[in-house]
Amino acid sequence: MHHNILTDLNRTAREKPDKLAFSDGVTGLTFRELHRQSRAVGTFLHQRGVYRKPVVIFMEKSPQEVAAFFGTVAGGCFYVPIDAEMPSGRIQMILDNVKSPLVICDGQTLETAGSFRLEGAEAVLYDDVAATEPDDEALADIYDRAIDTDPIYIVFTSGSTGIPKGVAACHRSVQDYVEQLSEVLGFDEDTVFGSQTPLYFDACLKEVYSTIRYGATTYLIPKNLFSIPVALVEYLNEHRINTLCWVVSALTMISAFSTFDVVKPLYLRTVAFGSEVFPLKQLRLWRKALPDVSFTNLYGPTEGTGMCCYYHVEREFQEGESIPIGRPFPNREILLLTGDGRLAEAGEEGEICIRGTTLTLGYYNDPERTTAVFVQNPLQSAYPEQIYRTGDIGKYNEAGELLFVSRKDYQIKHMGHRVELGEVEVNVSMLPGVQMAACIYDEKRGKIVLYYVGDTAEGELTAALKQRLPRYMLPNRLIRLDRLPQTSNGKIDRVGLKKLYLEPAHK
Amino acid sequence: MEELLNILREMHPDVDFENEEHLIDNGILDSMDIVSLITEIGEGFDVTITAADIIPANFNSAKALYALIQRLEDEA
Repeated sequence: MHHNILTDLNRTAREKPDKLAFSDGVTGLTFRELHRQSRAVGTFLHQRGVYRKPVVIFMEKSPQEVAAFFGTVAGGCFYVPIDAEMPSGRIQMILDNVKSPLVICDGQTLETAGSFRLEGAEAVLYDDVAATEPDDEALADIYDRAIDTDPIYIVFTSGSTGIPKGVAACHRSVQDYVEQLSEVLGFDEDTVFGSQTPLYFDACLKEVYSTIRYGATTYLIPKNLFSIPVALVEYLNEHRINTLCWVVSALTMISAFSTFDVVKPLYLRTVAFGSEVFPLKQLRLWRKALPDVSFTNLYGPTEGTGMCCYYHVEREFQEGESIPIGRPFPNREILLLTGDGRLAEAGEEGEICIRGTTLTLGYYNDPERTTAVFVQNPLQSAYPEQIYRTGDIGKYNEAGELLFVSRKDYQIKHMGHRVELGEVEVNVSMLPGVQMAACIYDEKRGKIVLYYVGDTAEGELTAALKQRLPRYMLPNRLIRLDRLPQTSNGKIDRVGLKKLYLEPAHK
Repeated sequence: MEELLNILREMHPDVDFENEEHLIDNGILDSMDIVSLITEIGEGFDVTITAADIIPANFNSAKALYALIQRLEDEA
């Protein structure tokens, strides 16, 4: 294992300079161009004296955004991707947290960037930055001084207090993750990825870093295609895409509406999914349509650098059975810890905890929330050893495969995204005219249901909320009540609310 | 039509569905919305919308969507 993720890019740019690395289907960057632009970005940072600092990347999902990521690392800094899709309130919170000296924008976002409180940070245009003449001597010096525990990115995830948490990851955990993941899924230089997830989540590590490691190719699929299933499959065929690492809802979009009767993916060999439960009916449709494709369930929190566990789907599942999380990738261990701090017995439930190089550095500028979940391994006290407590409850089945059971708290998985219902509630409660708010999740229909007390009409509330919360966190159903049910000790009675919701009158 | 508007309004109470004609092109409805929309239409109208009909032209306005539902009802 190398100590710097740029080693892969340097090598691949030398070995396969003219191969297409990243493309949006219309324009793309070869490895030579990617390498050149990343060195230009790194040199720009060096010339500005920006070193070992977070650099905000505010760009549309594009091959250039990927070059900006690597360029930030080449300059000895770490990238913080934000996106025009994010609500402005959330972007401001991220900017306030990371206090970056520089925001790299594209033509679409430069004007928007000016509407934020940048606190002295400078907004610069990517095209100007990428025009910098690379100073390879300065970059080599930065490369030599980097160590594998230096951060390379911060991505933000939902926080129950209403403030998102910035997970910072370093070279070492990303290297290790990409190495283990690509062995399990069999990535190589012939892999052609079709990337579905936004670049501001750790989910994109699978494509971005495997591409530079093997000299593979990634197509960044335009988002609107995910609303047009036939055109989406035609896009996969046009670009001979053979590998998909998608959230379940994107895969379901294809299988649920008989798309396979019209058109089938012709080149697929690997499909990996995760982040939520794959409805068995949909998985069967996929496997029936594509019997030669391998399907793998992945599991892992952002705090553990992407995915930690995998399960190759090789048998049929009965109705009511759930697809296992399976087992950990090599070089990380899952500890299933009971409430009293011992390892769960076979069949007993416990909290899924992770140990190993795969752990990220913690939450950026947030020691309190970091130490609450990155804790000393309770199984030994002889030397410092961190584990991460996921808050997920799991157990082992008879075959020794790990199963996900439930959550310890009010975090849910909604359309592939991790959402703290508490964060939704806090943001609703902050709106003028709202007195109280509580959310429940309708798992069966995949809906966040918001109950609230106040004078604000449903339409007004949704419009205001769109300024504060990302789209995937917006309640799908709003119900106004005169009062919210309370438990005997005065807390909001969520169990009561759920019961109320499930009564036929509210369906 | 009123039933369809109710389904749409429940998803996005802040959108003027009677007049908006670029629901897909302007990104008001995303892929997740489309999935739940088709599910609810299937329950409310007893029609099955399949992949070939899931194109922007059929989903850009409530009117176009209603026309699709009527066509599918007639074909059934």
